[in-house]
Amino acid sequence: MRPSEYDEGLAKRKAIFKPYAQAIPGGFAIEKLDKAPCRMACPAHLNVQGYVQMVKAGKYREAIEIIMKDLPFPGVLGRVCPHRCEKSCRRLEVDEPISIKELKRVAADHVNLSDLPVPNITLRKGHVAVIGSGPAGLTAAYFLALDGYRVTVYEAMPEAGGMMRYGIPEHRLPRSVLDAEINNLSRFGIAIQTNVSLGKDITLEDLQAHGANTIFLAIGAWKGLKMRIAGEEALGVVDVITFLREVHLGKLSSLKGRVVVIGGGHSALDAARVALRLGASEAHIIYRRSKAEMLAEPEEIQEAEIEGIKIHLLVAPLKIASNGNNVSGIECIRTKLSELDSTGRRKPIPIEGSEFFIEAEHIIPAVGQEPDLGNLGQDSRFEISRWNTLVVNPETLQTNQPGIFAGGDLITGPATVIEAVEAGKRAATYISKYLQGEVLPTEWEEGPPMGDHWLSVPKEEPIRHRMHAPTLPAEQRLSGFQEVNLCANEKEASEEANRCLNCGGCCECYQCVTACKAQAVTLETHAQVSDLLKIKAGSVILAPGFEPFDPSRYETYRYAGFPNVVTSMEFERILSSTGPYQGQLKRPSDGQHPHKIAWLQCVGSRDINQCDHSYCSSVCCMYATKEAVIAKEHAGGDLDTAIFFMDMRTYGKDFEGYYNRAREEMGVRYIRSRIHSIEEVGETNDLIIRYADEDGTPREEIFDLVVLSVGLETPASLKALAERLEISLDKDGFVDTGSFSPVATSRPGVYVCGAFQEPKDIPYSVMEASAAACDVKAKLSSARGSLVKERIYPPERDVSDEKPRIGVFVCNCGTNIGGIVNVPEVVKYARSLPSVAYVEENLFTCSQDTQDKLKEVIQREKLNRVVVAACTPRTHEPLFQETLRDAGLNKYLFEMANIRNQCSWVHSREKEQATQKAMDLVRMSAARARLIAPLPQPTIGVDDRALVIGGGIAGMTSALSLADQGYRTTLVEKASELGGNARHLVSTWRGEVIGRSLSEMIERVKSHPLIDLYTDAVIRQSSGFVGNFETVIGQGEKDIQIRHGAVVMAVGAEECKPKEYLYGEDSRVMTHLELDRAITGKDIRISEAKAAVFIQCVGSREPSRPYCSKVCCTHSIKSALELKELNPEMDIYVLYRDIRTYGQREALYRDARAKGVIFIRYTLNDKPEVQKDGFELWVTVKDHILDRKIRLRADLVALASAIIPADNSALAQIFKLPLNQDGFFMEAHAKLRPVEFATDGIFLAGMAHYPKPIEESIAQAKAAASRASVVLSKKELTVEGVVSHVTESMCRGCGKCVEVCPYNAVSLVEREGGRTVAFVQEALCKGCGSCAVACPTGAASIFHFDDQEVLTMVHAALHQGI
Amino acid sequence: MNEEFSPKIVTFACNWCAYSAADLAGVSRFQYPPNMRIIRVMCSGRINPNFILKAFEQGADGVLVAG
Repeated sequence: MRPSEYDEGLAKRKAIFKPYAQAIPGGFAIEKLDKAPCRMACPAHLNVQGYVQMVKAGKYREAIEIIMKDLPFPGVLGRVCPHRCEKSCRRLEVDEPISIKELKRVAADHVNLSDLPVPNITLRKGHVAVIGSGPAGLTAAYFLALDGYRVTVYEAMPEAGGMMRYGIPEHRLPRSVLDAEINNLSRFGIAIQTNVSLGKDITLEDLQAHGANTIFLAIGAWKGLKMRIAGEEALGVVDVITFLREVHLGKLSSLKGRVVVIGGGHSALDAARVALRLGASEAHIIYRRSKAEMLAEPEEIQEAEIEGIKIHLLVAPLKIASNGNNVSGIECIRTKLSELDSTGRRKPIPIEGSEFFIEAEHIIPAVGQEPDLGNLGQDSRFEISRWNTLVVNPETLQTNQPGIFAGGDLITGPATVIEAVEAGKRAATYISKYLQGEVLPTEWEEGPPMGDHWLSVPKEEPIRHRMHAPTLPAEQRLSGFQEVNLCANEKEASEEANRCLNCGGCCECYQCVTACKAQAVTLETHAQVSDLLKIKAGSVILAPGFEPFDPSRYETYRYAGFPNVVTSMEFERILSSTGPYQGQLKRPSDGQHPHKIAWLQCVGSRDINQCDHSYCSSVCCMYATKEAVIAKEHAGGDLDTAIFFMDMRTYGKDFEGYYNRAREEMGVRYIRSRIHSIEEVGETNDLIIRYADEDGTPREEIFDLVVLSVGLETPASLKALAERLEISLDKDGFVDTGSFSPVATSRPGVYVCGAFQEPKDIPYSVMEASAAACDVKAKLSSARGSLVKERIYPPERDVSDEKPRIGVFVCNCGTNIGGIVNVPEVVKYARSLPSVAYVEENLFTCSQDTQDKLKEVIQREKLNRVVVAACTPRTHEPLFQETLRDAGLNKYLFEMANIRNQCSWVHSREKEQATQKAMDLVRMSAARARLIAPLPQPTIGVDDRALVIGGGIAGMTSALSLADQGYRTTLVEKASELGGNARHLVSTWRGEVIGRSLSEMIERVKSHPLIDLYTDAVIRQSSGFVGNFETVIGQGEKDIQIRHGAVVMAVGAEECKPKEYLYGEDSRVMTHLELDRAITGKDIRISEAKAAVFIQCVGSREPSRPYCSKVCCTHSIKSALELKELNPEMDIYVLYRDIRTYGQREALYRDARAKGVIFIRYTLNDKPEVQKDGFELWVTVKDHILDRKIRLRADLVALASAIIPADNSALAQIFKLPLNQDGFFMEAHAKLRPVEFATDGIFLAGMAHYPKPIEESIAQAKAAASRASVVLSKKELTVEGVVSHVTESMCRGCGKCVEVCPYNAVSLVEREGGRTVAFVQEALCKGCGSCAVACPTGAASIFHFDDQEVLTMVHAALHQGI
Repeated sequence: MNEEFSPKIVTFACNWCAYSAADLAGVSRFQYPPNMRIIRVMCSGRINPNFILKAFEQGADGVLVAG
C-alpha cells in the first residue's frame, strides 16, 4: 500500500488502482516500477516480491506457482539457499531484511506439488540429453520440457539430485522434500536414468548417434581437493565430498572418536555436524581466517556451535600426524590476517611459535572441490580452464563443440544450488534457440541495469524485527538426521511477509489477471509499456493545467509537521464521498469530527517574500468559501468556520451573492488578517492560531483543523514542456498571451487554455478551451471533415405487425452482480415472463464479443424487443442501442433493468432480497418492453449562416471567428459605430493600447467578404429553432429578413451613471469611461490635477446591486498608475472595500503601492463622502487603522461605477432567453456550459453575460463562435425520438403546455377554421413531459414515456404475477 | 403478524439528477433497504399526480418523486 495521489496522500492505494474514482467507465492502472532489488539480487531473478506477497495472503499455492516460473525446487531452496536477496532488501534501511528464504519454505511446505496442474505443453521437435541430475541438469531439463522438447537425464549415481542429495546432509534437507520435487519433474515428461556413467556406460557420441540433438553437461564438481600437507595419505583422512556421499549411500553409518574438519564453507559445517550425528565424540573445525570470512551463514555457524562443535578460527593445518597408519591428530598453527590485498581478501599469515596439536582419529579436509572431468578431460575437443573447469560461452553456455552446452559446478567450480539453477535455466533458453535454428550470441550480453526507481521507504515506517523460524531443540538433534530448521508458523510468516515494503511497485503476482474475468488485464496488457507516438497535427492546444502550491516549503504554516494542517486540495478530498473518509468530515490526526475549522488564504499567492509568487491565484477566495459552506452542510450545524483573508475576491458571476449568503446566512466568519503563527496545543493536535485583528490587537484562537488555501502554480515539468515547444512564458511561469489574442501563444499554431495561461476558475477555463478550438478551427477550416468516418447501418426491420418477442440478457458484470444476485435464478424467472422469447446470461453483456452475439441472437431468434438487465442506462444504453441498430432494430425497442447500481451494489448484504429485487426490475422492464414502439428520428436541415447581435469587442470577435471559419455571418449593432465600450478605453491592464487594435478589428469586420454588417439596427422578431432561425432586423424604417442556423448574443453592458458623490454636479467627479476619455483627450482636469481620489464599488456590492463589477479595481489602479506616469507628484488615494486585482493583475496593485498610491479601506456602513467647499472638492473617509475620519482634498474624483446590463428584456423575450436577477443573460450551466443557452443554437458572449475585461470578452466570444460552428458545420441535425406530440383533435388550444415548456418547444398555431392548437417543434423538445402533465385533455403526450408505458411499470413493481 | 412492516415504495426518478444520484449511491456502495423500486422518467415534470394515486391504489405504501 502506498499513498493515494488522488486522495492527496490521505488514503492508501495498491499497485493496481483506479486513478480517478468518478471516471465512467472506470479505468484501472497498474504501477510498474523498477524490479525490486531482492529480485535483481537473486542469481535466478526469482520474483521474490511476488511470492512474499502471496505468503502474506496465505496463498501458498500461488506463491509456489510464481517460484516455479523460475525454478523447480522451491522446497530445496527454501532450506539451503544462501539468500543473497536478503542482503539487498530495502527493509535494511529501516531495520532488518525480510526472512525471504523462510517464507519460501513456508509456501513450499504447504503445497503438494502434484496438486499443481501441468501446463499445456506444445511438443516440439528436438531431443536433449542432460548429463547429471544435479540442480543445473534438472533445471535445464524442467525448462526444456516446458518448452516442449523431449529430455532424458543421465545420472551416474543410484539416485537423482546430485549434490543436493549427496552433498547436503539430511538434517538440512530432508530426502522427502528433495524426492518430492524431483519426482514432480516426471509429470513434465522428463525421463531420468540413474546408474549411467558418462564414459563408462555411455559416450557423447552414443547419445548423438541415438538421436540427442543437443547435450547439456552438468556433471558437477565431485573431486575433493587435497590440502597438500604432510600425512594426508594416512587412514582416517577422507575428503568432505567422499565423506558425505558415503554417509548418504549408507556405507558409513557410525563414527568413533574425534573429528577435525578443515575449512569454512557449508560443507565443512555439514561434515562436522554429520560426524557428531554418527557418534563422533568431538568435532572440531579449523579455519584459517576469521568468522567474518566464513562462507557458511552466521545462523548455520551458530547452530553448529549449539550442537557442540568447536570452531577454531585463525588456525591453519600444518601436518597430519599418524600413529602407524592411523591418524592421531593434526598439528596446527595460529594465524593473523593481513591487510586487504589486491584481490580484496585478507591473507592468513602464520604466527611463528603458535603451533599446537589437536588429537583426532578422523580428519576431513573441506578445502575445495573441482570437477572430475574423467574422460571429458581426455577428450581433446573440449577446452579446459586452469581451474580444471569446462570453458563455455559465458552467455549461451555452449562449449566449443556445437550443440554441446555445459553448466553448474562443471563450469564454475563449487557454487550454490541457486547459481546452478540459473545456469540450467540459461542453458535451456539457449538450447531451445539452438534447436530452433536461431543464431546464438557469441558475447556475454549485459542484462538491463538494475534501476533504482522504487517506492521510497515510508518516513514513519515502524521498526519491526525479523522473524526467526524455530529450530529443533539441541538435545533432540544428535540422535539422528531430523531436520534442524523448522517451518515457521503461518501467522508469523504472514506478519513477516507484511514487513515487505513492496518497493518494486506491482509485484507481478498476476493475481489480477486471474481475477479479471473480462480479460481486460492479461499477461499481455500487463506487460504494456509506454510508447512513443508521432502524430501529424495542424495545430496544438495546450491544456496541461497547474499544480497546487506545495506549502511544505513554508515553515510558518507547519504543513509538514502538523497532521491537522491540510491543503485545500486535501480538504476537497475529505469532503468528497469518494474520498478517504467517504465524505465524512473528519480530521487526519484522530479521525474525529472537527468542530472548528480555519482557512488561511493566499498560501503561495500574493507573496514575494517566501514563495516567489506575487500573483493572485484567482480561485482561492471562492473555493475556501465554498468549502466552508459545504463543510457546514456536512457537519449539520455543529461547526464553526473562519476564513483568514486579506481581500475577499469574489468577483465572478454570482460569486458575491454566494459570499454574502455564506457570511450572513451560513455564519461563515471572515477575519481580515494574515496570521502570525500556528502551533499545536499540547498532545491534542489541535492548533492555535495567533493573529492581529483589524485594529492591530493580537489575538489567538484554537481550531481543530486548519486548511491552507494553496495557490496555483506552473510546475517545473510544464516549464520544460514550454521550452521544448518553444513558447514563451511570462515571469510568473504562465504562457505569454495578448489581450486581443487570449489563447494564442508566442508560436503560431500553438494555443493555450486554462490555468497554464493564468490562474483561473472552471467557467473561464471552459471558455478558453472553446476559444482555442475556435482559433484552431479557423486555421484548419480547409481540412474540416476530412478525417470523419461515417457509420452505416442496415435498413430497419418493420416490427409493427409482430407480436412482442422480448430477449432478456442478464449480466453478471463479473462478480459485481453475480456475486450478490443469483443470476441463474433471475434468468429462470425471466423465462417465465409473458412475451419473453429468449433469455441469456452473460459474464459481461457490454463486452464486444457479447455485442456480436447479441446481434446474431436478435436476428436468429427474430427478437423485436431487447431488455438488458445490467447496469445503468445512463452510461450503457447508447452502446446497446447501437447494437440494436446494427441488428436492424429501431433503437427505441430497448429497455434496461438496472440490477447493478441500484440493486447488487446497494444491497450487497441482503443477497436474497437483492435477487428478488432484480427479478422485480426485470419484470418491470419486460412489462414496459411489451409496450414500447419504434420511434422515428427525423433529421432537419441546417442553415449554415450565423447571426451575431452586438458590435462591441465580443460581437465583432464572434463574427470574425465565424466568418474566418467560412460561415456567412450577419452582425447587427444598434449604434451607428462599431466598438461598443472599448471605444472609450485607453489601454488594457497589460498596457496594450486599445484604440489601435480596435480600429484594426473594425476594419476587418467591415471588409470581411462573409460578414454582412447592419449598424443602427435592432432585432425586431425571430422565430424558428436550432439550425433554422428566421429573424427580422429593423434598420430605420426598413425590415430585413434573414435566415440563419445559430445566434450569438453579444449585446454588452453599460457603465452606470452614479447618483452619489456629487456626480453630475461637479465635472471633476467622473466615471471610469469619462476618466479614460479625459486622459486620452489630454483634458485640463487631468493635467492640472495635484490630487486624485478613486472611490471603488460605486453602485456595486450594495444591497440594491449586490454583484461585483469585476473590472473596476484593475481599472482604477491602472488609471492611478497612468496619472502617476503623467505627474509623479500627484497625490493619489484609492478608497476601496476589497482590492480585487485577481490573477496577474495583482502586479498593478503592488506597483501602485510602490509608487506611492495610498489605499484606504472603507466599509459599506461608513462610505466616503464627497463635499464641495467653495471650489474645492473634499473627500472624507474613515481610516480603519487610525480609527478616525480623514479629509482628502481632491482635484479629481474617479468613481468606479458599476457595470450594468443594458435593457435586455426585449431581446430576452424575442429569443425566449432567461435573465438572472441582475439582468444579465443566464447561461445553460455556470461551469460547464458557460457560453450556451439552454435553448439549442443560441450562444452568449461578452458583458451581456457578466462584466469582464477585454481578454475575457474575446475568449468568450471565440468560445461562442466555436460552439455555434458545431451547429453550423452539420448538414443536418438528428432529432431524438423521445419527444412530445399533440393529438390535435383532442387539443383545445389552452396554451398550458406552452407555459410549462422550459425549452420553448411548444407554441400555439392556427389551423383551418381558426382553431388554435399546440404544436411541438421536435428539434427543441427534450422529452421532459411537463406538457403532458399540464395538458388537461390528454392531447399532449410523450413518445416512449406515455402514461401506459410508465404505469405498466408501476403495476409490475407492485404485482409479482403478471 | 410477527413480520416487521416493510413498506413497498415506488420511486419516480428524473433521468438527469435523481436517477444518476441513485447510480452514484451504487458506485459509492451506499447501502439502503431493498424495498424501493425505481422507475426512470426523463424529468420529474413528467409525473402526473395521477401516477402517484395509481401507485397507492395498486398497493404502494409510499411514493417518492425525486428530481
